[in-house]
Amino acid sequence: MSENTITFEIDGVEVQGAPGQTIMQAADAAGIYIPRLCAFEGLPPHGSCRICTVKVNGRFQSSCTQPVAEGIIVENDTEEILEFRRNLVDMLFVEGNHFCMFCEKSGNCELQALAYRLGITAPKYPFMFPANRTVDASHKDIFIDHNRCILCARCIRASRDLDGKNVFQFVGRGPEKHIAVNARARLVDTEVDVTDKAVEVCPVGAILRKHVGYAIPVGKRKYDHAPIGSDIEAQKH
Amino acid sequence: MAKPKIATTSLAGCFGCHMSILDIDERILELVDIVDFDKSPINDIKEFTGECLVGLVEGGCANEENVRVLQDFRKHCKILISLGDCAINGGLPAMRNTIPLKECLDEAYLNGPSVYNPSGRIPNDSEIPLLLNKVYPCHEVVKIDYHLPGCPPSADTIWQALTALLTDKPMELPYELIKYD
Ligand code: SF4
Ligand code: SF4
Repeated sequence: MSENTITFEIDGVEVQGAPGQTIMQAADAAGIYIPRLCAFEGLPPHGSCRICTVKVNGRFQSSCTQPVAEGIIVENDTEEILEFRRNLVDMLFVEGNHFCMFCEKSGNCELQALAYRLGITAPKYPFMFPANRTVDASHKDIFIDHNRCILCARCIRASRDLDGKNVFQFVGRGPEKHIAVNARARLVDTEVDVTDKAVEVCPVGAILRKHVGYAIPVGKRKYDHAPIGSDIEAQKH
Repeated sequence: MAKPKIATTSLAGCFGCHMSILDIDERILELVDIVDFDKSPINDIKEFTGECLVGLVEGGCANEENVRVLQDFRKHCKILISLGDCAINGGLPAMRNTIPLKECLDEAYLNGPSVYNPSGRIPNDSEIPLLLNKVYPCHEVVKIDYHLPGCPPSADTIWQALTALLTDKPMELPYELIKYD
């Protein structure tokens, strides 16, 4: 092992990382999947969804922001943490309006896929059915449905850092917090384009391309058979 | 020994979940070997004749009658199951939950583009169950023991659940049987 290797443990398995890596990056490289929603490869970490929370030496930390360190003991796939993640996913379902049965993202949606992987058959909290969520279909190629937005900020980061446009921002606080575009009212008033990374990275059916619809038949969609994270787990050596 | 009984009902649902029950195909012959059907649209028995082991409830609660039927199911069924997305989260009927009830009724009976209603009346016959202010998932009205999601849940999901419960095994749904669409 070179001096630049950091050795630590995830669920009893020895993992090697490099200085400056996050726990999530090192786990990915080792073929260990840590569930996540706001984290996305190529975007700076945001640490807001808390799904990737692990225990590091007994303390809760978000693995997308926490750097690796020599000898740390990380707990990831324990019943305590799985229950914590289920609660978070449950909350995301009840605080929006998620009608999976007609959502174009269904089968390819990371929120739904996480719920499947966590074995959730129904959320444990009362549904809120918020009435303040709008749909912006002003743009000819793209629409945004705020009913399904989980405030992960992927679009904000992708537009700013990858597209160089800064189209999306957060506005408001608490239950009023939502994604706004260019501080103006509508998508059509921005320079957003259907080929933007910001459109591609949305984990749910909030930002969608028009004229696509239900293009992939049931049974052939991304998460119909393979649970989310199985691509990472397939790299285990 | 008498066979255990199961009961089914469709509240604010589309009967798609009941279609999915029938979709277990020839396994329905196995099913009638091990259970009797009590109150259910499948045999058209209107009132419970006794205690049931399993109750399958399709649809959420959109009106007062849905609530009464659901409470009756809770009373008569040892194990109560929400069958399908409408029972679990209200489903499509719950799309009205973000719109005030009066606006929904006005749109349906007065203002909708295809409405012909010269009397200008909104139906209020005492035979028609009163609508609730919003559509409620079943587990927000009574205790529900298991949830089988899907729109509808696949026949395999229903079969897996029923056979586990009838043979006293833990109900475990493999990855491919938990779907929300
Ligand atoms: S965004 Fe995902 S979770 Fe929400 S309705 Fe669509 S498929 Fe379901
Ligand atoms: S629109 Fe999509 S990418 Fe943007 S914050 Fe909402 S869920 Fe995340």
